[in-house]
Parts: sequence; C-alpha cells; structure tokens
Amino acid sequence: MALDWSYFGPELRTAIEQTLLMVGLGLVFSLIIGIPLGVILVVTRENGILQNKTIFTSLSVIVNIFRSIPFIILIVAIIPFTRLIVGTSIGTVAAIVPLVIFTAPYIGRLIENSLLEVDHGVIELAQAMGATPWQIIWRFLLPEALGSIILAITIATIGLIGASAMAGAVGGGGLGDLAIVYGYQQFQTVVMIITVVLLIIFVQLIQSIGNLLAKKIRRK
Amino acid sequence: MLVLKDIHKVYGKDSKRVEALKGISLEIGQGEIFGVIGFSGAGKSTLIRCVNLLERPTSGEVFIDGVNLQHLTASQLRKERKKIGMIFQQFNLLNAKTVFKNVAMPLIIDGRPKEEIEKRVNALLSFVGLSDKAKQYPDQLSGGQKQRVGIARALATDPHILLCDEATSALDPDTTQSILALLKKVRDELGITILMITHEMNVIRDICDKVAVIDGGVIVEQGSVLDVFSEPQQEITKNFVRTIINDAIPPTIKALIKEKHQENDSMYLYRVLFKGQSTHLPLLSTIAKRFPIDVNVIHGTITELQGIPFGHLIIEFQGEPSAIEQVLSYIRQQEVTVREVDIHGA
Ligand SMILES: Nc1ncnc2c1ncn2[C@@H]1O[C@H](COP(=O)(O)OP(=O)(O)O)[C@@H](O)[C@H]1O
Ligand SMILES: [Mg+2]
Repeated sequence: MALDWSYFGPELRTAIEQTLLMVGLGLVFSLIIGIPLGVILVVTRENGILQNKTIFTSLSVIVNIFRSIPFIILIVAIIPFTRLIVGTSIGTVAAIVPLVIFTAPYIGRLIENSLLEVDHGVIELAQAMGATPWQIIWRFLLPEALGSIILAITIATIGLIGASAMAGAVGGGGLGDLAIVYGYQQFQTVVMIITVVLLIIFVQLIQSIGNLLAKKIRRK
Repeated sequence: MLVLKDIHKVYGKDSKRVEALKGISLEIGQGEIFGVIGFSGAGKSTLIRCVNLLERPTSGEVFIDGVNLQHLTASQLRKERKKIGMIFQQFNLLNAKTVFKNVAMPLIIDGRPKEEIEKRVNALLSFVGLSDKAKQYPDQLSGGQKQRVGIARALATDPHILLCDEATSALDPDTTQSILALLKKVRDELGITILMITHEMNVIRDICDKVAVIDGGVIVEQGSVLDVFSEPQQEITKNFVRTIINDAIPPTIKALIKEKHQENDSMYLYRVLFKGQSTHLPLLSTIAKRFPIDVNVIHGTITELQGIPFGHLIIEFQGEPSAIEQVLSYIRQQEVTVREVDIHGA
C-alpha cells in the first residue's frame, strides 16, 4: 500500500504540533509544580533549613503515590479531574492534565535530588552570612544546583515525550498516536519508521541541548 | 568582646548520645588572635559553630560585645551574624559564581547598592591580593587562592570577629604560611578579633596570642602562647608542643648520658628555659667563668613565638654540689627557668 503524501503530510504536521503542544505545555506546568515541590521536599526534611516533618512526610507520600501509578492507568483514573479542569476529557489539551500529574512529581523528586547534591557547606556558609531561608534557596541552593537541575529537567522532558505518545488513548493525538493508528493498525511500516525517527531526533535534540547548557553552567 | 559561658552541646539521644562540649568557658579580647587546638573529634568545630549559633548550645551562653546571642530573634541573629565572618577548611566557595560574585555575596544578601558592592569587592580583592582573579571561577584557583577568596568574602560586611575552622588544614606548608600572614594582616590592619580552630601547633605558634587546648569537649589548659609553649602543664599539651619544639633528648645522647653517669655521679643535667630578653644573655659563658664548674650543652633549640625568642637547652654541669647550688641560684636571678632533669626518666 503506497503512502498518500497529500493526505499523510498534513496529518504528520498536525501530529508533530500536537506532540510539541503536549510536551511544551506539559513541561511548563510540570516545572511550575515540580520545582517548588522539590524545593519544599529539601527544606522541610530533617535538618533542612525549614524543617517540618508533617509537610515533608505528607508531600513525600503523595509524590510516591503518583509516581507508582502507571501512566496509562493514571490517564483513565483522573478523567473526572481532567474534565473539571479543562471541561473535557478528550483531545490534546485534555491529555496535558494527566501528563502534568505524571511528570510534576517526577520533576519534584529529580529537583530534590539535585538540591541534595549541593554541599552542605554552602548552606552553612549562607547561614553564617545571615541569609534568610528565601535567600538561601534563591541565591545559594538553586544557582549551585542549576547544572544538575538542567540535566534533571532534560531527563523529565524525555520521559514526558514518551508519556505523550500514550496520550492517543484519550484522543490526544501526536506522533505516538500516528504510529499506532497508521503503522500498527494499518500496517503502514513507513509511517511507523517516520514517527519513530522523528521521536528519536526529538529526544536527541533535547538531550544535546540539556548537556550543552548543563556543561556551560556546571563548570566541573 | 567574645565570651562563652559554660557551653554544653549534646548530639543525639540515648545510645547515640554524644556530649561534644562539656562546659566550655572562654573570653577573647578585642583584637586578639585566639587559638583553640585539639585532636580530631575533640569538639573544635562544634565549639566554633556555637559562637555564631550555627549549632545551638544545649546549655550555656554566648555573648558578643555584651549581647547574648541566644536571646535574639531570628532576624536579629541574622543581623548579628553579618558582624561575624567565617572561613572554612573546605573554603565553601560557590562553584557556579565568579570570584567577584563570591566575595559580593554577603553584600548582595545585605541589599547593598550595586556601586557600593563594586567598590567594596574590588578593595577586598586587592587586600587579599587577588585583583587579577575577579572574573575567574573557583575551579581555576589554587587552594591558597580559594582561601583568600574565603577571607575576602568573610570581611565583606566589616565583621568584628573572624571565625576560622581549620582554615589552613587543607593547604601545603608554604600556602599555610601565606594564609597565616594574611590573617595576621587582617588583625593588625583591621583590628578584627580572630578565633582560630586547628589541630596544627605551628598555626598557634605562628599567629596566636593565646591558646586553649581542647580535649574530649573540655578545655584542659589555656593561657598566653608563650606560657603554654614554655611550660605546658597537661600531657596532651606537652605532646602538642613537642610536635614543633623538640625538647626531648635524642636517644643516642640519652644513652651516652647514662653511660657517663655510671662512671661519674657528680654529673647533673638541667633543663634551662629562656624567654624574651634572657635569650640575649651570655649566660653560659658567664657561668663558666664565674664558677668552678664545667658546662656542657647536650641539646638545644631556639624558637620564635610572636616575635619573642624562646630558647630551650639541656645542660650538663660538672662540679661540686655546693658550686652547682650557687650556679642555680645565679641562673634563677636572671629570670630564666631551670629544672633538674631526671637522668633515668628524661
Ligand atoms: N551533627 C552531629 N551529630 C552527631 N554528632 C556529632 C555531630 N557533629 C559532631 N558530632 C560529634 O561531636 C564530637 C566533636 O566533633 P567536632 O566538633 O566535629 O570535632 P573536631 O572539629 O574537633 O574534629 C565528635 O564525637 C563528633 O562525632
Ligand atoms: Mg572539625
């Protein structure tokens, strides 16, 4: 079966746009939730600068719960919530909700790890200087961890690309959906190959940018 | 200036309970360089961290210029900490920031205007001799340069006190000397009081005015460096002093003495300590001329402590006991300390 490009071309274009939209918006919202989450997990833990056992334990448990649900199940499980937020449970925009709920806790954990890598001496130094907790986070912890945070975000973005491929399950569209509908269900191997190659390029690109930025910042 | 009163610090509970400080009291005067020496685990870091309350003492009080730090609110304490500079063994520089930014940090935190920061940081970098390194990153610096950055940073907010936790322990001997010289300059030119924590006696010898020896969370001995070095009281202090002033009689000489002593028991060994002016006296030649005895120098060292020479001799006197008595009383008139050495024990 030959591929009809006059029909498939625009389809591919739409799929790319949908993937970019899901990954792009998904990442933005995941960062908005995930970065503060990671910071709170670090400062409230035992011997943290704003130690608070209740907050630390509850957040940690919540993160673990979301991290243990497979994405495909999460999509279905939170349909009522998705409908509440975006008014519908199907389509590209609707797919962003489970993507964020899946990715934000992951980013939270990754950021937590990055911040924990910062030498304790840096925090001690900041305290000895008379820095406020907010200054410690903003002026010492985050800048010193930035290289590592960028690598963490790179990993999370690649995970997000993978998850977005499953968003077809709720009519989210995107490259993953295209691969399944054409490549798998209609035996259009060429389509399968094109989408896979595109995904690989996409992932490579993200990783390279991440490495480059991290290297520039890290100076190690 | 800085007063610690009966500081106790307990870490952990039950089986993990460690009493790191067991009632430490210290008084450090304005402009003094005060050294605290002790072995690893003695409680030195805990002690210095109690001064700016990075570690809260379990009990006891910390006064700086009469202010009890424990009574301050969090924001008052932050303000007070800006007047207490601190430098660290591992430097604790911000790797992602340039030398300039590192030194500027305390000023940025304090919300100073940009022009003021620029001026102040440049002055500080020139004070520590790093004007040409402003745009470099910490990984491009040597250990000594890193500590210079640490010192410049600690001085940024015009502190009254500088806390140094093993500031030279990660450095080689030459670099240690240059950092110690810089710290001395900090005190001499800026009048800043310095509390030095170290396990190296040469650091105490080279720049401290006073020294306290800490062991197992207790200060076992303290006093002026000259006094403690010339007449250490505790065994641990004697050991520390021995690491730089070798007053032990070398084994070969000891054997020789014992041999000689068996043939001739009118032989007397004395340890003679000279301090300051007395090192300039031609003591031994005077004795040899004035008294009917023979003088034989077995062993000796001269060290300088804070610009004051400090000599240490082991001398053998041969002669009649009555003559030796006269010699001893003569020596004692010269403000020189003299003690008989037990030939078998020495
Ligand atoms: N945060 C801590 N928790 C538990 N024990 C500690 C802590 N800090 C220090 N200690 C213990 O207190 C004692 C003194 O430590 P420290 O002040 O670091 O000694 P020094 O600096 O002289 O080597 C040691 O026994 C050490 O194990
Ligand atoms: Mg220590």
